[in-house]
Amino acid sequence: MLQRFGAAVRGRSRGPLILLVLAPVVLAGCSLPSFGAYRGSTTQGQDAFKLWQGFFVTGLIIGGFVMALILWAVFRYRRRSEDIPRQSQYHRLVEILYTVVPLIIVSGLFAFTVITENEVTATPAGPVQVDVTAFQWGWQFYYPETGKLVEGETTQAPQMVVPAGETVNIHLKSVDVIHGFYIPQFNYSQYAQPGTVNKFNINVLHTGVYRGQCTQLCGLYHSVMLFSVRAVTPDQFAAWVHEVSGNSASIGQLKAQIKAGGPGA
Amino acid sequence: MKIEALFLIGVGVFFGIVGAVYWFTSYEDGGTMMLVGTCLLGLVPGSYYMFWHRKMGNRLEDRSDATIEEGAGVISSFPGSSIWPFVLGMGAFMTVLAFAFGIWFIFPAVGLILTALVGVTAESRRGGNV
Amino acid sequence: MTDVIIPVDTGLGVTPPVITEHQVSHAHEEHGPSGILKWLTSTDHKVIGMSYMITSIVVFYIAGLMALVLRLQLASPSGSLVSFQQYNELFTMHGSLMLYLFAGPFAFGGLANYVVPLQVGAPDMAFPRLNALSYWLYLTGSITMMMGFMVAGGAASFGWVAYAPLSSATNSPGAGGDVFIMSLVLTGFSAIFTGVNLVATIFYLRAPGMTMFRMPIFTWNMLVTGILILIAFPVLTSALIMLFCDRHFGTHIFSVQGGGSPILWQNLFWFFGHPEVYILALPFFGIVTEVLPVFSRKPVFGYKGMVFATMAIAALSTGVWAHHMFTTGLVLLPFFSLLSLLIAVPTGIKFFNWIGTMWRGQLRFTSPMLFSIGFLFAFLMGGVTGVMLAAPPIDFFVHDTYFVVAHFHQVLFGTAVFAGFAGLYYWYPKMFGRMLNDKLGKWHFWLMFIGFWVTFIPQYQVGLKGMPRRVASYPAGLGWQIYNQISTIGSFIIAISFAILLWNLWISWRRPVLAGDNPWDAHTLEWFTTSPPPHHNYTHLPPIRSERPTWDYNHPEAPAILGHGDSHRLKQKVGAP
Repeated sequence: MLQRFGAAVRGRSRGPLILLVLAPVVLAGCSLPSFGAYRGSTTQGQDAFKLWQGFFVTGLIIGGFVMALILWAVFRYRRRSEDIPRQSQYHRLVEILYTVVPLIIVSGLFAFTVITENEVTATPAGPVQVDVTAFQWGWQFYYPETGKLVEGETTQAPQMVVPAGETVNIHLKSVDVIHGFYIPQFNYSQYAQPGTVNKFNINVLHTGVYRGQCTQLCGLYHSVMLFSVRAVTPDQFAAWVHEVSGNSASIGQLKAQIKAGGPGA
Repeated sequence: MKIEALFLIGVGVFFGIVGAVYWFTSYEDGGTMMLVGTCLLGLVPGSYYMFWHRKMGNRLEDRSDATIEEGAGVISSFPGSSIWPFVLGMGAFMTVLAFAFGIWFIFPAVGLILTALVGVTAESRRGGNV
Repeated sequence: MTDVIIPVDTGLGVTPPVITEHQVSHAHEEHGPSGILKWLTSTDHKVIGMSYMITSIVVFYIAGLMALVLRLQLASPSGSLVSFQQYNELFTMHGSLMLYLFAGPFAFGGLANYVVPLQVGAPDMAFPRLNALSYWLYLTGSITMMMGFMVAGGAASFGWVAYAPLSSATNSPGAGGDVFIMSLVLTGFSAIFTGVNLVATIFYLRAPGMTMFRMPIFTWNMLVTGILILIAFPVLTSALIMLFCDRHFGTHIFSVQGGGSPILWQNLFWFFGHPEVYILALPFFGIVTEVLPVFSRKPVFGYKGMVFATMAIAALSTGVWAHHMFTTGLVLLPFFSLLSLLIAVPTGIKFFNWIGTMWRGQLRFTSPMLFSIGFLFAFLMGGVTGVMLAAPPIDFFVHDTYFVVAHFHQVLFGTAVFAGFAGLYYWYPKMFGRMLNDKLGKWHFWLMFIGFWVTFIPQYQVGLKGMPRRVASYPAGLGWQIYNQISTIGSFIIAISFAILLWNLWISWRRPVLAGDNPWDAHTLEWFTTSPPPHHNYTHLPPIRSERPTWDYNHPEAPAILGHGDSHRLKQKVGAP
């Protein structure tokens, strides 16, 4: 009886308890490594990145703990004799613990998720709106306030210019199949779909050029449906968006171009 | 029979609850219909089993103290080797090819299916192979 | 038709009473035709199960070769091994073959078909001719899928998920898409019929004393899988027929132009698609739960917890479908996020029960045991990354990248391949009466294990860097190439390990080492009969007083320590019939 209680405290339930205590302390510090993801060049991206760190650390602790248990069992309980071991098949306390503790951890993760989700998906109106239209196999960026238009197909990689430090409202749709609007460094992607417009905000933190690409399989040239986002100062943006657009082909013309000459034609 | 019945009724109740929660939080038709369908998938056979369990009580495989001797005798009939599943399968294959390649495939398909259906009925009536 | 009669047996090792001539001839004689006619007409679940296993393993190797081509193409940024069109066809076929035509059929059509009737003490499946029909539908369905490579326009190239509007007649004309749809209609019905057979057999054909809570966990998992099949596959079949109507009969179910809804396809597909991956996983969880106790020489830890955890996983899995649609902007994020996160809890319970089974056991590291432990590691990491994917803000930046590709390969490969091979090595002696070479099995395991991590860890990393999935080329100069190259090397290490399996199968056939009835000193009922089992499986049965009837028969001195609250059991096990 005492042996069982000791086993419970010694090994199995300690890990998750430590996690629960330390998690707020650990997550408060931003000096954690990035674990392979981008730290986020938009405010939304940075919120998503913090959630990533939280999940990664939790996964590391729990996964590490379970892996340690497996390794311990595999090494410690190798066959030493032909004796039949004690045929135990249940342990109520431990079973309850490893049901309840994960439930608590999962609830915590869910709470953190909902908070981050509300931050990332919030769409307060901003000074700039960009209508993004995806087509097979390129992108069109239209600025309704001034009528500025930028578009290109596949390797032409059209560039969407936005002001840094300001809220940009993106309205995203497609004219044919589903495409994916993905900017890795913004830690964000969303589908461009026919018949419906997806709305989200980006608040780019620093000036720079950020590459983007289509993520949702959309046919033959899906692999080369590239674009980029360039964040400039608000003054530079104001000047740029008032420039008259050069002659640009319509989406239909671009599609015909690709059909005739392949990508980048 | 009771555990089987409870299992299926449990499936039905769970999806009934999830379906209701989903509807009132999302008002989305497609997902709700599928959840309602799944609820019925559990409740209909489950209540049928519960009804029969109440009527007939425990079978041998429901009793934890049943012995093998008690189960001696005829269990069921297990149709032996039969060509008809193969023929019916080929008929289904042809039907599908008719949709993919050309409607003329439907003629051999219907022929095979009808032959198989007649064949398996006759085989069942005659007693079939071992 | 055969009326099967089980002779009387006292089960305590005394000689069975006199069996009449009639009974002997029924039980021991080879019935019916032989050779190719036997294969075409047999309704014996063991023959059908074997046919399923062989066909699905052939499909597995074909799909594996496709994967090698994909990896070779990606080893350089602008690979020129295949064209963009061919690449799209190859990954569509690789996914479709693996998911629809290998993993499921191998699990429920192959292993479950063979093992479940044996484990419950039944002479065959409940509906033997329906069982045979299932196999023919599966075989013809597989042939139909692969016909795609021979039609004008090539095979389907819209991914195994066939999203509308990409899969419409406008965007994917040609017979390739049609044979894809039709193949899945055939295999869909095949699976539904197998699901019916599994549930009916488990509900109705158990031997006396085999109550529901004395069934082996593999059988429990197959019961839950059978119900999931009945929930999920009809939805897929209906959706496919709708897609075919859109493609050919002028309907506009999924196209915006006619007032339809592309997202309806996704809702329907994933309502099938998510339970489908648990239909694929649960049988393999069951295999691991069979293997670990035997090679730890202990009973399953937390039997009832396992049963309820499996039910919880299956139930939750049917409610999480839209976590594949987080980036559509059209689904209720918190609902699906919460349910997806909750699946981690019963999965964790299973993990702790597996560890508890090994805890304080006497572990023997035979091939089945190694593969099962390999599964534990693979699924652990795959499961943790799955929890990450359940959070929409994280999903927003890893969706459709190689991060997801790595995640699902870890969980699917961990289950269908690692645990699948555990099942193959474990039950091979029962099926063929001979052993697979254990040393070669260990080489197979270690090479596959090493190759597995080398292949998939770099994919997580390159996905986080922004590499999308389903791309035939990628920009040079982004630093992605090294990850792809390492991953390609890993895939070839895995390929070598599969070659070793083939060698093992070959030599075990040429130079057989005979297995007895129970070479592993295993616990469940199928190990009580001969290897291979006779026609209609059992000439006599032991008394069934726990979930380990064969162990209780062979080791009456070592019963389980008072499990399941059944206070009569300890008395019954020691001495009483």
